Amino acid sequence: MLLITCPFCGPRPELEFGYAGEAHVVRAQDPRDVSDSQWTEYLYQRSNVRGVHAERWRHAHGCAQFFNALRDTTTDHFVATYRIGESRPDAAVEAGR
Amino acid sequence: MSQNFRLPTGGRVNRGKKISFTFDGRRMSGLEGDTLASALLANGEHLAGRSFKYHRPRGILSAGPEEPNALVGVGADEGHYSPNLRATQVELFEGLVAESQNRSPSLRYDWAGVNNLIWRFIPAGFYYKTFMWPRGAWTKFFEPRIRAMAGLGRAPRAPDATTYAQRYAHCDVLVVGAGPAGLAAALAAVQGGQRVILCDEQNELGGSLLSETDATIDGAPAARWLSETIAQLRAAGSLQILARTTAFGYFPHNMLGLVERLTDHLPGVAGQPRERLWQVRAKQVVLAAGEIERPLVFPDNDRPGIMLAGAARIYASRYGVKPGQRAVIVTAHDSAYRAALALYQAGVGIAAIADVRANPQGGWVDLARKAGLPVRAGCTITGTSGRLRVSGADLAPLAADGTVGASERVSCDLLLMSGGFTPSVHLFSQSRGKLVYDDALGAFVPGTPAEDCWVAGACRGVSLLSEVLADGFAKGASAARAAGGALVPARGFATTHAPATGGGFAGALPHGKNPASVRAFVDFQNDSTAKDIKLAISEGLRSIEHIKRYTTTGMATDQGKISNMNALGIATDVLARPIAQIGTTTFRMPYTPTTFGVFAGYARGDLFDTVRRTPVHHWAEAQGAVFEDVSLWKRARYFPLAGEDMHQAVARECRAVRAAAGIFDASTLGKIEVAGPDAAEFLNRMYVNAWSKLKPGRLRYGLLLREDGFILDDGVIGRMSDECFHVTTTTGGAARVLTMMEDYRQTEFPELKVWLTSTTEQWAVIALQGPKAREILAPFVEGADISHAAMPHMSVVECRVAGVPARLFRVSFTGELGFEINVPADYGRAVWEAIFAAGQPAGLVAYGTETMHVLRAEKGYIIVGQETDGTVTPDDAGLSWAIGKAKPDFVGKRALARAGMGEGVQRKQLVGLLTDDPQVVLEEGAQLVADPAQPPPMTMLGHVTSSYWSATLNRSMALALVKNGRARIGETLHVPMPGRVIRVTITGPVFYDAEGIKLDG
Ligand SMILES: [Zn+2]
Repeated sequence: MLLITCPFCGPRPELEFGYAGEAHVVRAQDPRDVSDSQWTEYLYQRSNVRGVHAERWRHAHGCAQFFNALRDTTTDHFVATYRIGESRPDAAVEAGR
Repeated sequence: MSQNFRLPTGGRVNRGKKISFTFDGRRMSGLEGDTLASALLANGEHLAGRSFKYHRPRGILSAGPEEPNALVGVGADEGHYSPNLRATQVELFEGLVAESQNRSPSLRYDWAGVNNLIWRFIPAGFYYKTFMWPRGAWTKFFEPRIRAMAGLGRAPRAPDATTYAQRYAHCDVLVVGAGPAGLAAALAAVQGGQRVILCDEQNELGGSLLSETDATIDGAPAARWLSETIAQLRAAGSLQILARTTAFGYFPHNMLGLVERLTDHLPGVAGQPRERLWQVRAKQVVLAAGEIERPLVFPDNDRPGIMLAGAARIYASRYGVKPGQRAVIVTAHDSAYRAALALYQAGVGIAAIADVRANPQGGWVDLARKAGLPVRAGCTITGTSGRLRVSGADLAPLAADGTVGASERVSCDLLLMSGGFTPSVHLFSQSRGKLVYDDALGAFVPGTPAEDCWVAGACRGVSLLSEVLADGFAKGASAARAAGGALVPARGFATTHAPATGGGFAGALPHGKNPASVRAFVDFQNDSTAKDIKLAISEGLRSIEHIKRYTTTGMATDQGKISNMNALGIATDVLARPIAQIGTTTFRMPYTPTTFGVFAGYARGDLFDTVRRTPVHHWAEAQGAVFEDVSLWKRARYFPLAGEDMHQAVARECRAVRAAAGIFDASTLGKIEVAGPDAAEFLNRMYVNAWSKLKPGRLRYGLLLREDGFILDDGVIGRMSDECFHVTTTTGGAARVLTMMEDYRQTEFPELKVWLTSTTEQWAVIALQGPKAREILAPFVEGADISHAAMPHMSVVECRVAGVPARLFRVSFTGELGFEINVPADYGRAVWEAIFAAGQPAGLVAYGTETMHVLRAEKGYIIVGQETDGTVTPDDAGLSWAIGKAKPDFVGKRALARAGMGEGVQRKQLVGLLTDDPQVVLEEGAQLVADPAQPPPMTMLGHVTSSYWSATLNRSMALALVKNGRARIGETLHVPMPGRVIRVTITGPVFYDAEGIKLDG
């Protein structure tokens, strides 16, 4: 069971969280502006990273907040967790190397 | 039977406490401190089981968790029966009842032993090659027979009568293994001021020290040092000792799963759990898991009486048992000389020590020679004799070039072997730590860890006692420091140790015989041989993972604890590639087999899963309602009167609702309060409908899509005020809808001022439906006019009902005049009972979900998850009227505009079906075709989504999704069923009151 650091509550066991897919998948401001293929990509295409992956979690049985995390998919180690709206902290990835 | 093979003195068993037990119905005795294996050996019993595939007689091979042969079923009755326990790990207790497995009718006479005679015809990959043809023969013929012949123990025939506990724990340092390395690590971690958990799978702490009779540590005999150290650790308040506790799994982020065996060894203890699951989150972990001795691979190396040399020494030293009278020892490692000496001192005759090495040297070899033991250097073993017990060993000279000379039979009743030791890297490997091959050691050892863990002692290849202790202490100190503890200076341990040992062999010994005519077992539990592995390689398998699966080597319940390295050794010989390049297979949890019970824990019977009950539940129960499970809820399905079956009850309930009135518990509906200045705008963006212009006091049917345009959920939504909406969802969809709303609120539309609150359990919902609903309800309502003029269909008012504050909806899911009365949950039953009583003169009946389903289907109202399956658009379901077309955006809108989602595509659409024969009720899920004579594969046009007998129509009816269905209304289609084809006519989906007149009573 993973130990996940909620940016609002601190480290909590995985039981309290729900996984919510890849992070930084941007929904167009006005979806009418995008082509069918762009929308299809938004709906279905995901990066499936081997290595550091930006993903969303929700502290469902806690503060109920969604947040983002960088997790290494080969080790399950979290590089960073950060709030929605904050940019991807790639400096932390570099520092972790 | 008496303990003829018990030594007069020695060992850690309690000679004052005799214990009686039975094995296959025979009464025997042992001593307190015995395992079942040591007690059997004390009674001269080696034969303990039959092998998995060939049913060969097998004896006790080891003295620990690696035991592949001596698997037994233990339990005096079926409620306490556990199959496949390793006799080497079963603690003896008074009255223990054990039986051997995989034999019929008895261990000594086993008819399936015929497999042993036809072995040439069942090689590796036999199942894959033989049983794949003809089709169907596998499941019908071969598999049941193979299952009956092969396999391990049987499942218990009664439910588990014991209970299991579970708990979480946190610590700074978890030490796995309480041998010398683990004890030293615990000493250091405690000295560093850390909270420590020390666990060990055995009943006593000490590991190898429990059978240590020669060494001293810091001036004290090992046994005394052990008891003093344990006392010292117990005195430290910050350490918890868990004996009889196996660390079976190393999970991410330093969580380890432990199973503590609490009461199996304490017969007569009632009311306490049998085992406890510990889920331990540790800041740092020290793995001190020890090592496992390897057998040697030679022809017929599996007869009862053939044992690992170290195990024989443990039986003599720790349990005071003489495992035989006359021993032959075959070895590639010095430690077997130590075993030979120990047995010799215990009175066992040593017939020969055959060492495959040309020139064995070292302290133990010298000691053995000095004691006059017959050492044969450069000697191999080419076979054994004996059936239910080994009776002889064929020893032959082995030249440096591998040539095997003429063999000589040496008689014996005990044959000991040692191929060296394999570090127990299982937990380290489970944690995704990388293993590296150590050439000097001839073994895989832990490399770079993936978790915060340290590896100490024999499980990383350290073998000399003083070094093991120092290594353990150093790792314990490092772990304590890393966990935030104090700096602990290094400490040495003065040992008068036994001589160092060395050597080792992995692979199959040369035997000079025709390889096709011998069986040299590599994996005892799965009966795979050196020949099988060579066959796999000759058939083109190269990866060790493939060889493992093809031969099943290492895939038994022991996970290859003793076979893995020998299999690799054979592969490396055949492939002529170094072991380091071949690599090893991955170790998986659990380390040793673990009971299902301990994982289930408290989640059994009533506690198996959460049960949600509505406020009206117990009333319905008292009325004799039959319940069904809907997600976690119990819902009343129908209310049968005396003598009624479901069909009759539902027909009566349906007629009553249409003719008079019915009362229905809709409390399970999901409810979400959406509040805030931007509540309407938020709903605009979530639901397909337009909400801005909905006036307070009005209801609207809401339809929710996923972003891909398919229907996710639906429900009636009421506007309570400008800034407050009462949203309802389906019973099963409540959590998913709230999660989705929260997702968009938090991550896509954070600028909107809106709050979401689940109110599902705050409200009891009483649906009152039928032409007489208003006259029944009216006397209870205060503060609102519920006349048709004042309160038309799809309106909502806040008022009091039966004196209780209520949100009163005028809404219908039956097609009749209807209300849904939302009252605070605690008042639900009182309000329900008051209305139910008052409605009796008018003919009010309680109805359940089955009637609700029929009534709504008569009206063509969909149920999400029944008429929809995640591929149904609003238009498919005939619901495009609900879409607010002027809205710039809502979830799913863009997807609906994609090609394939609408115009010009023949999508499946919701229609009604009427069978030609009105008595025939279709099966839900049945497929629809145009031409029943078309040869398969037939062109399937759609399927039945809902199908019922309609008491209202006095005939059957169904809803279906049919390709281009709305254009096919009036057409005849066919439903092919086993033995017959049913003709149906496509109709519109509304079977009753298409004009909607009844909604107004
Ligand atoms: Zn939180």
